Amino acid sequence: MSIRHGLLALLERGPRYGSQLRTEFESRTGSTWPLNVGQVYTTLNRLERDGMVAQGGEDAAGHTLYAITDSGRAELRTWFEKPVDRTSPARDELAIKLAMAVGAPGVDIRDVIQSQRRHTVKAMQDYTRLKARALLAVEGGGSRERDDVAWLLVLEQLIFQTEAEARWLDHCESRLIRLSATTAVENPATAPASPAAPSTPTAPVVSGTPAGPGTPASQHPSTTGTPGAR
Amino acid sequence: MSTQQPVLQLQNLARVHGAGATEVHALRGIDLAVYPGELVAVMGPSGSGKSTLLTIAGGLDTPSSGRVIVEDTDITTASVKELAALRRRSIGYVFQDYNLIPALTAAENVALPRELDGTSARKARVEAVAALEEMGLGHLADRFPDEMSGGQQQRVAIARALVGDRRLVLADEPTGALDSETGESVLALLRSRCDAGAAGVLVTHEPRFAAWADRVVFLRDGAIVDQTVRSEADSLLSGQVADA
Repeated sequence: MSIRHGLLALLERGPRYGSQLRTEFESRTGSTWPLNVGQVYTTLNRLERDGMVAQGGEDAAGHTLYAITDSGRAELRTWFEKPVDRTSPARDELAIKLAMAVGAPGVDIRDVIQSQRRHTVKAMQDYTRLKARALLAVEGGGSRERDDVAWLLVLEQLIFQTEAEARWLDHCESRLIRLSATTAVENPATAPASPAAPSTPTAPVVSGTPAGPGTPASQHPSTTGTPGAR
Repeated sequence: MSTQQPVLQLQNLARVHGAGATEVHALRGIDLAVYPGELVAVMGPSGSGKSTLLTIAGGLDTPSSGRVIVEDTDITTASVKELAALRRRSIGYVFQDYNLIPALTAAENVALPRELDGTSARKARVEAVAALEEMGLGHLADRFPDEMSGGQQQRVAIARALVGDRRLVLADEPTGALDSETGESVLALLRSRCDAGAAGVLVTHEPRFAAWADRVVFLRDGAIVDQTVRSEADSLLSGQVADA
């Protein structure tokens, strides 16, 4: 994340002091990426060193004010024009985890997927509630504050990201089921999970019998009551 | 919320199709309670039993074993007459394809369940218009289904599901035929009706729509394997997104 460019963008609207920049950065992004004042001043010092900002006196309360320079404006314009690089993806812990879980002994990859899915969907629920609230602020109030709109966009980005992750998890699960149905290979993953592993009432491990509505009834010992009683 | 009586209770529910070698357990060991003010989403891959759960909850299908209690009535032991009355008075459905009656206006569609329940046509119409207005749909009252967009029809269907005293709305993929923007607005309406005191069960395979719910229940092979509980949103984004 570029704090540097974020600060330049805020300074383009006029000179500001350090903690003011921090407050404005956070209200734009709903504190999604919290900044501490130290980071702000370190960044300002570097920007000053590179000639992109200059100290420009003090305000009435004695805060040192920083102002954007012409070269800072040029840098900012370039940032807005240039796409964010997606060709060298950042390390994704979840992708690495699932890649490692394929065929790992004592690991039921469907449990790994489900535990992540629960966490991801729950995060989406929370983001969605915040979004409903932000929408009311943007649509209801009539005062379309720049900060409210910015916060809504950030929240929606978080929702899209978690949605993509949840869909990918669904996809992984159904692909694994399809693969295990077509290739009945011997796989160490069918070995019983270690006693330490949390036991959840999930369906058989993915490399075992394909699960689904066609699964024989004997697979479901947990069925209670008398089938066909009514 | 927990001190209130659930609007819907599913107790140890099972549904078996067929018998013997071809026996299929569509649902097994389902326990679920939905309280007033709560929206519960049911997610799961196709064939996991989502729709079966909903049709049984609404009395459109009967379970092989277990109990379904709506308000105070066990619909598995209710008479045909009681069940019909319960479906008219207590349970509202929302389907993927809206199911509005093409020859009736929005207000007439919404008034229909009240009229069927014996309310006079005039009173039913007044109630229907009030329900539409409360949901911001007053301007649609005199339109026919083919004069409305899909999203508008679905919102009218939600109004119909909750007209009168009905407090339970069962929605089966209500956004399935809508683009995602319109789907969101339908979910926002459903959410606001639950915030106003209704109990809702939403079946969907879209995480984005399930995310409007208070609780997401995950179904796999006919059983509930997991569920989420929503955290307080204020603790979010400060690194405290704890698991349920």
